[in-house]
Order: sequence, then C-alpha cells, then structure tokens
Amino acid sequence: MADSQPNAPQSLYAAREPVFPKRVYGKFRNLKWVIMIVTLGIYYITPWIRWDRGAALPDQAVLLDLANRRFFFFWIEIWPHEFYFVAGLLVMAGLGLFLFTSALGRVWCGYACPQTVWTDLFILVERWIEGDRNARLRLHRQKKWDLRKARLRLTKWVTWALIAVATGGAWVFYFTDAPTLLVDLFTLNAHPIAYTTIAVLTGTTFFFGGFAREQICIYACPWPRIQAAMMDEDTLTVGYREWRGEPRKNSEAVKAGAAQGDCIDCMACVNVCPVGIDIRDGQQLECITCALCIDACDDIMAKIGKPRGLIDYMAFTDEEAERSGGKPKPIMKHILRPRTILYTALWSLVGIGLVFALFIRSDIDLTVAPVRNPTYVTLSDGSIRNTYEVRIRNMHHETREFEITVKGDPAISLELEGVTDNKISVNADEMFLQRVYLVAPPESEPAEEERSEIRLWIEDMTSGERAYKDTVFNGKDD
Amino acid sequence: MAKQPIKKNQEVETTGHQWDGIEEYNNPLPRWWLWTFYACIVWGLWYVIAYPAWPLVQGATAGYKGWSTRANVAAELAEAEAANAAINAKLEAVELTEISGDPELQGYATSAGNAVFKTWCAQCHGSGAAGAKGYPNLLDNDWLWGGTIEDIHTTIAHGIRNTEDPDARYSQMPAFGDILETAQIDQVVNYVMSMSGEPQDASMVAEGQTVFMDNCAACHGEAGEGDIYQGAPNLADAIWLYGGSFDTIKETVTYSRFGVMPPMGGADLSEAEIRAVAIYVHQLGGGE
Repeated sequence: MADSQPNAPQSLYAAREPVFPKRVYGKFRNLKWVIMIVTLGIYYITPWIRWDRGAALPDQAVLLDLANRRFFFFWIEIWPHEFYFVAGLLVMAGLGLFLFTSALGRVWCGYACPQTVWTDLFILVERWIEGDRNARLRLHRQKKWDLRKARLRLTKWVTWALIAVATGGAWVFYFTDAPTLLVDLFTLNAHPIAYTTIAVLTGTTFFFGGFAREQICIYACPWPRIQAAMMDEDTLTVGYREWRGEPRKNSEAVKAGAAQGDCIDCMACVNVCPVGIDIRDGQQLECITCALCIDACDDIMAKIGKPRGLIDYMAFTDEEAERSGGKPKPIMKHILRPRTILYTALWSLVGIGLVFALFIRSDIDLTVAPVRNPTYVTLSDGSIRNTYEVRIRNMHHETREFEITVKGDPAISLELEGVTDNKISVNADEMFLQRVYLVAPPESEPAEEERSEIRLWIEDMTSGERAYKDTVFNGKDD
Repeated sequence: MAKQPIKKNQEVETTGHQWDGIEEYNNPLPRWWLWTFYACIVWGLWYVIAYPAWPLVQGATAGYKGWSTRANVAAELAEAEAANAAINAKLEAVELTEISGDPELQGYATSAGNAVFKTWCAQCHGSGAAGAKGYPNLLDNDWLWGGTIEDIHTTIAHGIRNTEDPDARYSQMPAFGDILETAQIDQVVNYVMSMSGEPQDASMVAEGQTVFMDNCAACHGEAGEGDIYQGAPNLADAIWLYGGSFDTIKETVTYSRFGVMPPMGGADLSEAEIRAVAIYVHQLGGGE
C-alpha cells in the first residue's frame, strides 16, 4: 500500500493485551449489579424451587426431564407433542433480541449475556483479592513470583474455580431432581454424564470468565456480527461527543494554542473498559455497550464542573444533529419507531398465541396412524378391514378410562385388538398405543369405494372430555 | 487485545482488498488462535495414531485404541441382550396364554416380535404381514393350521411341510390331474367357486358337488369349511391363498399345492424370540 505507514512489517500474530478494568460507580454500574444479582439468582436458585404435582410426578418447579420426555415449568407441563411451545419461546427470544438490538444496540452483550455477567463476577472477585486496577497492574508487571503474588493468584484461581464448579453444577440440576442429584454427586453415585457436564462447564466458565473474557466476544461469538445487521441510524449506542470533547487536553492542537474541549484526557473511560478500547475513537466492534465509560466520564465531568454526557447513549442521527448545532431527539423517539413497534407487535403476537394455546390445550389427546401396509385386509366373510394405530395421551395425573368410537358411514363397525368393550384404560401421564380395526361388511359402500372419510373419537369416561382425529377408510376400489 | 490501538486519522495497513469502497484492515490474528491451531495439529497426530486412519490395500491402520464400529455395535447388542435377559427368561417361563394378560410382557413381546418378524418372516409374508400368492396373509381371520397362540407358536417353531424338523406340520393334497377326468375337474372347480361366490358355469355345480363329496370333502369338509388339523384351507370363505379365479383353482386341483415353511426353532431363533414373534403375529388382527 502506497499510503500505509512506513513501519516494519508487523507480525501476523499479536498477543492478548491484558485488560485491568477499574472500579466504577454510577447508575449504569448499579443497573449492572442488579441485573447480575437477578440473573445469577435465577440461575442458581431455580432448580431448588419445589412444586407439588402429586406422588407420581417430580416436585421440582423447573425440570427438563429428558429421560421421560417431559418439561415441567411450575404449573405447566410440556409433552413432546407440544414442543411447539419451545419453538414459540425460541421465536420470541429471537424477536426480543431483534427488538432490543434495533432499539438499544448491543444491550444484550453489555448487560445480560452470560459471558458478560460471569466475566463481571470474575472481575469482582479479582478486585476483592488483588485490589483495583493499579494494584492488579503492579501485580501483573511484577516478574518475580514471591509469596504474596503466589498467594493472591492462588486465592483468585481457587475462588474462580469454586464459582465455575457451582456454575457447571447448577446446570445439571435442571435436568434431574436437584436434592437427589446433589447427594449423588457427593457420594459419587451420579451418572457419568452429570460429572462430564459439570467438568466441561466448569472448564469453560473458569477459562472464559477468568482468562478469555473479551476475546470470546471479539473472536468467538457470532452474535456481534449478526447484530450489526439489526442496527440503524436511530439505534442507541454508547458514543463520545467528539465535537464537545475535542480538542482534548494535551493534544497537539491544544499545545498549538487551540481552545480546549471538555475532554481532559484523564483516561477514566479507557481504564474502566472491560474490553480495553478507547470509546473516543468512535464506535467499534469490540464495544459491548456496557456503559461503564459513561459512568466513569460523568463522574469526572461532575468533578470538573461540566455537564454530564460527554460519553453517552446516543444514536447516529443525534451525532449528526448535535454536530451541526441541533438538538438530539428524545430517547423515547429513538425507541418508539415503526421498526421497534413492529418487532414488539410480532413478539406480543407470538406470546399471546402461546398463552392462548396454553389455555385451550386439552388434557387428553390422540394421534391416528392408519396402517398402510397393506391398506386393507379382506376377512373370511368378505368384509373389508382397515387397521389404525391410535395413540392416546392421558395427561391427567390419574388413570383414566377411554372409549373409542367411530363416526362416518354407519356400516363401519369398530373393534379393538385385545379389548372387547371398546374401552381402554390409560395410566396417569402416559401414552397408550392401541390397534383399532374398522370393518365394513361385504358389498357395503365403504367396502366397495376407494376411500371414505371417517372420524375417530375418544371420550374420557371420567370427565366426559372428548377429542377426535379425522382419517380415511380404504375400500377395495383401488 | 490483539488489535493494535488505532488513533483517529492514523493510517492503518489494509489488505488492499476493496469492496464497494470498503477496505479491510490488516490486523494480526490473536496469538492464542495460533496456539489453538497448533493444538489441533497435535490432536490430529494423536488421533491418527489412536484411531483407524490410514487406508491400506486391505483395510486400514487399526490405531492403538483398537476402536471399531463393529466392536461397538457388538458391545451395544450384548448390552441390550443382557438388559433384556430377565424379561426374556420370564417370557420363556410363563404359559403362552398368560402373556397377553401381562401388559409389560405383552408390550415387550410385541416390540421384540416385530423386530424378529421384520428379520425372519418378512421375506415371504411381507413387512406388513399381508402375505403374497402362496404365502398366507397373517392379518386376516383365516388360518390354515389354527390361529390360537399355541397353534401359531407350533407353526413358527417347527414350520410347515419341511424336511428339517420331524415335528413340522405335514399334509399333502394329491394332484387330481392324475385321478380325475378334465371334465370332472371343471365341474368341481365350478362347485368350489359356488361355495363362496359365483361359479363360472352354473350348470356344472351339481355334478361338481358329487365330485367334491367323493374326493375333497374328506379333508376340506363337506361344506368346504377346511380343517386346521390337516392344513386344509377353508374353501367357503372369501380368502384364497393362491387365487380364486377359475384358472387358478383348476391349476390347484390339477397339480396340487405344496407350501413349505422352514422351522424357525433350533439354530435360528431362541424360544423367547419364537414366543415374541408368535405374540406379535397373534395381535395383528387375526389371533384367536
């Protein structure tokens, strides 16, 4: 490149430059503390909440019972055939991220992403043990491993490891009865998969939260790249009011006699940054918009008697407006836009649909699979028989008796394999497979025709609840 | 941070690539990424030594771990066998007629029997058990040798008209082409057709009945109802093993039929497997 700097060919590889974020006080830091406490609290405590469902079912409020193919969420119980609820929740999660990203940029990254929350927690531990930024920097630069450095490092790593074990440990409690598993884990009776899962998650938590940190966000995570497609000129991101701050103190321009801007070049914004960037260089892909630089700068502005917001949440349109002397749009105008309203509407639509589906779903259900190999059987008296595999789901917590009936051509009669009175009993919370035969007498219309529409009904003999599935009866004419 | 700090208005080396005026910075790769790459190479070397890797003229290098998919399948099968040992023992111990009263046993036998059927029986009887010409349909309610669970069990264990098993069910229909006149055969075929439907030539039915009573009724019964003790098919129902047309029946009467089924007991299937497939066949819709 003709216009590139005439420096020596740079190395193809660069070592990670460690980041030592400084303690910061302010409203965004407080908000992040609250979010950390709430999200970590939910994560660690949820598996221990009990919820009585009777003797036959687990009493864990939130349980992903993969072995028995049931999801429990307080009063809601999801069977495999209701997996659309999970799909719906994923759609909502996706739309929710679209909404938040288009309105507030990488707010997920900055506040709620587990990588951010756990890194924040690990940095907190680091600060408690090794001290704030300057102390940590000194410790880092101290080449000699004396007793103090060894003690501090070891204490930090052990504490991180304990948090990591608790993190990996909490995860497995979502998949089986937590109190039982806890005892099993300590008595070495738990399944190898539980130990493996804990080991893997402990390793990733320890390494990602303790050492990899912003490298995960910058190099490993695809989400920042996807988010870029959802942001526009109205999206609020963290930015620096360059036209107000520059020329900063100590800059060449100021030294040459220009009037100094508001920035006193104190580096507070750089020192608190968990990804190690200088926000004054403009918005950049490393920025997770955690807003800690806003807190840091506001503090300095207050101390030097300048208005807050040299670094602030702002949109691209604000930047342009302010630069040309105009006023920024109010925040609500950035948030309430056709795009975000559309996302909110879609999100709500899916949510309402799911809640609606939740309330109208029945406690009994059936699926009907007509046997197609062969499509029909001729019986010795010449009548035509079709076979159906009917699966009845009894989602009541008690055994129920069901009667199966057929509606359609009155000539068609119904028989059940191994049952004489067309009534079958299905155990609590189970699915039962029943072979059902429909027989059309010789010469009858359904026996002679190619196919007839029929409807199979089940009726819960206790509650009178009914459910049906439509299917066809195949005759000889093919 | 792998990225070199870039100050405002500072020239940065780019790769020289341009897309619609957008240039690409030539930033160095993180060093740890390089180490990850080396770690992958080391892992790859270990993998090649540990697992089957290099193709040779015959087969491949085995790898020091001795890993093979066949061995894994064998181990999983052995594990499944071991897991089913108890219920298989129970299946062999109980009375055949009592299996259907035990939902657990019945469910297991039906599933296991389905697998056995697909492996050993489907070749002739079809994967849906609907049979084919000469191979009985096992779904209907017509049985050559009986449709109770014991009858089905005996048939499967010993087979039909085979020479391997001395206990195989046996019977033989004479080839009436050597015994009857062609006209008599036409007559009896018309009579047989009249028992379950329309004869080809109604004028022959009366004579055919005489021929039938003299030659066929001993095995097939006076009303053509058949005899499960001799495997003599019911000729009065709507089901034909070889076909119910005039020509097919005439062929059957003239040359006779001799359907053979191999014994499944002994070397092929265990008693538990025979019982399982008997239960499976019994619950297909025709079981008595």
